[in-house]
Amino acid sequence: MDLKFHDVEPTPAERTAVDDAVGAPDSTWEGAEERSADDLRIARGGHAARAQRHLLLPALAAVQSEIGWISPGALDYICRRLQVPPADAYGVATFYALLSVEERPGCVAHVCDDIACRDSGGTAILEAFADRDDVVPSPCLGQCDRAPAAFIQRAGSPDLTLAPTAVSEITAALEGAVPEAELPNPTPQSDRSGMRVLERVGVVDPSSLEAFQASGGFSALEKSVEMGAAAVIAEVKASNLRGRGGAAFPTGVKWEGAAREDGPRYLICNADESEPGTFKDRVLMEGDPFGLIESMVIAGLAIGAEHGYIYVRGEYPVATSRLRSAIDQCEAAGWLGNDVNGTGRRFSVEIRRGQGAYICGEETALFNSIEGYRGEPRQKPPFPTQSGLFGKPTVVNNVETLLNIPGIVLGGGEAFAEIGTKDSTGTRLFCLSGSVAVPGVYEVPFGTTLRALLDMAGGAISDIKAILLGGAAGSFVGPDALDLALTFEDTRSAGVSLGSGVVMVFNETTSFVGTTRRIAEFFRDESCGQCVPCRVGTVRQEELLARHLNGADLDRSLLDDIAAVMADASICGLGHTAATAVRSAVDLGLLEAT
Amino acid sequence: MWGSNARSAHPIFFHHILKGIHNGARMYCVDPRRSDSAQWADVWLGIDVGTDIALANAVAKVIVDEGLHRLDFIEKSTTGFDDFVESIQSYTLEYAEQTTGVPGDVIREMAIAYATAESAQICWTLGITEHHNATDNVLALINLSLLTGHVGRYGSGLVPVRGQNNVQGGGDMGALPNKLPGFQDVEDHEARGKFEAQWGHPIPAKAGNHLTLMFEAMEHGDMKALYVIGENPAQSEADVGKARRIMRGLDFLVVQDIFLTRTAEMADVVFPAAADWCEADGTVTSSERRVQRVRKALEPPGDAKTDVEIVSMLAAELGYSWGLPKAEELWDELRSLSPMHAGMSYQRLEDLGGLQWPCYDEEHPGELFLHGRLWEDPPRGRLAPFSPIVHAPPVDQLSDEFPYRMTTGRHLDSYNTGVQSGGYDSPLRAGGTIDVSPEDAASLEIAEGELVTVSSRRGSLEAPLRIDEALRPGLVFMTLHFPDEADVNQLTIEAWDPQSGTAEFKATAVRLEKAAL
Amino acid sequence: MSDVTITVDGRSVAVSDDATILDACRDLGQDQPTLCYLENLTPVNACRVCVVEVEGSRTLVPSCSRSAEEGMVVKTDSPRVRLSRKMVLEFLASSVDLSQSTEEVHSWLDQYEVDVARYGPQVTGAAPRDGRHAGHHAIPTGLTAETVDQPVKVDNELYIRDYAKCILCYKCVEACGEDAQNTFAIAVAGRGFDARISTEFDVALPGSACVYCGNCIGVCPTGALQFRSEYELRQEGLWEEDEQTVTRTVCSYCGVGCNLELHVQDNRIVKVTSPMDHSVTNGHLCIKGRFGYDYVQELGDDLASTPIDIVLKRARSG
Repeated sequence: MDLKFHDVEPTPAERTAVDDAVGAPDSTWEGAEERSADDLRIARGGHAARAQRHLLLPALAAVQSEIGWISPGALDYICRRLQVPPADAYGVATFYALLSVEERPGCVAHVCDDIACRDSGGTAILEAFADRDDVVPSPCLGQCDRAPAAFIQRAGSPDLTLAPTAVSEITAALEGAVPEAELPNPTPQSDRSGMRVLERVGVVDPSSLEAFQASGGFSALEKSVEMGAAAVIAEVKASNLRGRGGAAFPTGVKWEGAAREDGPRYLICNADESEPGTFKDRVLMEGDPFGLIESMVIAGLAIGAEHGYIYVRGEYPVATSRLRSAIDQCEAAGWLGNDVNGTGRRFSVEIRRGQGAYICGEETALFNSIEGYRGEPRQKPPFPTQSGLFGKPTVVNNVETLLNIPGIVLGGGEAFAEIGTKDSTGTRLFCLSGSVAVPGVYEVPFGTTLRALLDMAGGAISDIKAILLGGAAGSFVGPDALDLALTFEDTRSAGVSLGSGVVMVFNETTSFVGTTRRIAEFFRDESCGQCVPCRVGTVRQEELLARHLNGADLDRSLLDDIAAVMADASICGLGHTAATAVRSAVDLGLLEAT
Repeated sequence: MWGSNARSAHPIFFHHILKGIHNGARMYCVDPRRSDSAQWADVWLGIDVGTDIALANAVAKVIVDEGLHRLDFIEKSTTGFDDFVESIQSYTLEYAEQTTGVPGDVIREMAIAYATAESAQICWTLGITEHHNATDNVLALINLSLLTGHVGRYGSGLVPVRGQNNVQGGGDMGALPNKLPGFQDVEDHEARGKFEAQWGHPIPAKAGNHLTLMFEAMEHGDMKALYVIGENPAQSEADVGKARRIMRGLDFLVVQDIFLTRTAEMADVVFPAAADWCEADGTVTSSERRVQRVRKALEPPGDAKTDVEIVSMLAAELGYSWGLPKAEELWDELRSLSPMHAGMSYQRLEDLGGLQWPCYDEEHPGELFLHGRLWEDPPRGRLAPFSPIVHAPPVDQLSDEFPYRMTTGRHLDSYNTGVQSGGYDSPLRAGGTIDVSPEDAASLEIAEGELVTVSSRRGSLEAPLRIDEALRPGLVFMTLHFPDEADVNQLTIEAWDPQSGTAEFKATAVRLEKAAL
Repeated sequence: MSDVTITVDGRSVAVSDDATILDACRDLGQDQPTLCYLENLTPVNACRVCVVEVEGSRTLVPSCSRSAEEGMVVKTDSPRVRLSRKMVLEFLASSVDLSQSTEEVHSWLDQYEVDVARYGPQVTGAAPRDGRHAGHHAIPTGLTAETVDQPVKVDNELYIRDYAKCILCYKCVEACGEDAQNTFAIAVAGRGFDARISTEFDVALPGSACVYCGNCIGVCPTGALQFRSEYELRQEGLWEEDEQTVTRTVCSYCGVGCNLELHVQDNRIVKVTSPMDHSVTNGHLCIKGRFGYDYVQELGDDLASTPIDIVLKRARSG
């Protein structure tokens, strides 16, 4: 491509950061410093050079991580290396909240003031740092059971998660202190008898392949190889397993659809868990990384994919490093690679880190993000199983969904379908936070009531005023919903959704105006901006709530119109659900009560 | 792409190439510079200026040695294959690498890619034709298309891209020394008779001189008067100092132009003309043989008149009363005399957005590509001849005194000698610089923007230095757009191709020195 | 190519199997409003003003990009469709300066009864928006409706960029990119409401990759991108579209045969476009075809006497 670059050289450190992420350049045409004799006579700038674009986000992230910001020289160098137009790369860099194209302090604290953390100290911490430019508010960091949370980006050092945290700890972290690694109990659930997905979490050493295998790890993979791909897909269909990411699509049908298309095919584990109030996938990845890899290999071989990606939230450094270590060990032991456990089949797994964009959890936005484009969703159809990543058939499954697979392979689809209800089979993880005695991740069979679930967590701390089900994209329900059975079908008939399994409890101390506004702010911040209904609608919704907070009557008909166009005419699920929580708060009268 | 920087010189043609690339087409680009076009190539081959035949013959030898030539097509539709194969035996990859500078394995890669592609085109422009052996260069490329059957088929072919909006149309209309309109031979009695009958006047039965021979005739005093229409030889000829000297020796010079060009300034009589593309009606023919309408949108300034008006008034002065024919009337007369244009009524040109010749009648859709006849069974018409071609280096040889090879080309925003494009303010305009490689700039110890004296065996000029990483050591570049700032044709050599009459603008030996302050 | 038959507002129509719902509507003489759609660009279906109701589909679908499928039952004027179109137009009209959008756009604002007053007074005179960071925004007071108002970018002799008029339809990005020019000088930067069209680091066009083909301007539906000549004439109140003639001819430069449409006012070329339906250009030109016409209207001091000449001359000198 005849790209135009600027006469800005990268610093040696920037050059090293990029080269470490994407490999050293082959020629001066791709950014090498000395022109070789060959460079003067030949250059390869065509299809192969342009096919490196998918390395754009890793390259940008590498510079951000090592240097602390992406300078014009660094961007220029990345663009030469990957044959990406600088304007395009800038457009990608400015899409992500964790990337900065302006020089800023080397350490930056992202302090969560989202719905779980705001009333648990998050807002107060931000007020304490109000005059500092190295402390910024953050959307939910997936640490709601240990609120308030902060995420520290540190140039040249690994990022940190602090939860629960305090002003003093953040101050120290910004000065370079690294707190003692301390992970609280990954699941507080005492009765482990019904656990399927959480089985190893907190019990088996997540850093050891031996420990994993000693606990029965990879036996499901071995069995699935014996069964063959068609039989595995048949069992998954028989299990009636439905996706745990929010859309509840039957997993077996998805697999079958992709397997039917011509390859190459891709498998993606969607680990971009960003729905406010959700932290179960983090717990799974931190607690059972090998289990996730086993699940992916089974899925990959079943659909005929040779390459899988785990797209993991950038704010999950612990999960990322554990997964990375697990992948390294599995590659060394032959569980991943060109000959998976002597089967002659090829399957590899690559981690891609998100960089702060809730929208990238939307599967088609996730494709664009991996491909090196802005994380803007695509119009469906075509559906991912026909045309997904790189335009190829792709299966996207959530972490929790995938971790159900080994159990289905070992115990059979029918046995799995016995658990739960007819339409909601198996168990479900719920993320309990807010005003409950023991917040955390709980695994229960589908059909458990909300009341029974809360009882497992020691009950609400005081009188329940409302419960947010399904996260910011879900709905508030009142205490009258405590006997709701937690299934896809019961929630649907109640006009709510299980979403990503969020159960956030609020009592009378909650400022619902503030919480609801925070949800509106969240969607305004996280809208990708591509389609008009969501880009402008999220702003108008937030303004409408602001007017109401200033004393004006709530303009219900305008709110309904805004909600209608976002739900009906937006491209993707973000816009479709951006008004549901706000509207449910209005319907429950939560805004009037305060 | 061979000797063409279409990205800059033919930008909208390149849009179509890019569509192909996005659809998966591969592109190899042969060019001394890694030009804007070359940057899109899967592989750029940076040859030494004027070694195209060595490269083409080596490509041919790889194709034959690998057995990738298309024998069925060769046997049925071509002649001279055996002689051709014999002629390329010395063009080994080692020889080609030594001569062109391009690594042999890359030459081999391109040869195999070209031969094995389902369809393939070779596109070229002045990088092939502005050489002393221009015709040989073209024939060497034609040989490749005949070897592989990449000609006369949809998607395959030979694509010389025209540099001016109506240079093709000029030829179509008989503005060639040996042709009547529709490429009918002036020495063909029957064809000539047809025109003589229509025009009621005899036509000289012998082919005339092309531009380069005309200058020779002027130099020798055999030609004393010159009528120049829409051309600026006082700036566009190679070795322009000599050209101006010759023109000053004329008895009488008439210039018909929309500008008072350097040539017009030398004229005895100037006819101010209207701009044909926006101040008059008519047709032009594009590079793809597409005849399209141009239309009057503006009143011409002052006393300027359309070319038809000027010629008609001149005829009247000479005693011929032609009246003032409308463009469409002239076109219809042309259609009655030129079979390949017969089907192109103004109405059809309007309705269809132009038509590609040949178009023999009003039902004919025009031809998307030529030479399809070679694929008929048996082939219609003359079989396509292979042409054994021998590499010959540029005439202006490098020496210790003139160690740099200078080549020329166009910028995106400018055009030819700049008389048209100089009129608008382009934020891209780089001016008349001497472009050199970073290595040469360093070894000459001249910084960007500093003035350089550039000298050839014929002349010398000063231009500011610009560093361009598209160039390698020993190779320098200038455009022809700014003759008033940097009169590049003071440097170029008038050595010309005997068959086409084109001069070797692309290969000049020069010396560079920091200009004295 | 086989045909598929669909029903639009109760009328049946057969179209080829690569047709979109919009194509089918147009076949029936029922054009739908579109903003981000253009025949010579890949649909991005971002504006959502062309949405229609398709039986069996949970949400509305964009007619510009959704393929017509056998048996589809489409409604283009249901209450849901009308509401969504009204809201899309209201969102745009309340946040963007549509004063120089096409007449069609203004007719849709009337047709769908757009009421921008209900969002409150619009913010004007705002600062540049280029430095905004994804994921952060100033918390609104609710007293005003946020807009994309910002200063006009005038940084070269040939174009201006008035992003207060930008509806973010992506057309300019597509025309600069793979759909035509492949220069990629501009892209969408930022996120959400703060998304904007930008060069890298917001450098001025002369420092960017821009090659001034003007193809972005050719596709802009709102006047956010304008030729300097048009902009300056509008500023002076001299732009008279009704008095202009548009003549199709062929470019005077290289041999490709690009068709030009010369927009002429007072015997002066004031704008050059290219027909979208011509197979050589598909509506796209290069800098020479787009701007290289000044030589036929030399505006020397002695000639630059009329008001229009004075403005054109000033526009040219940057």
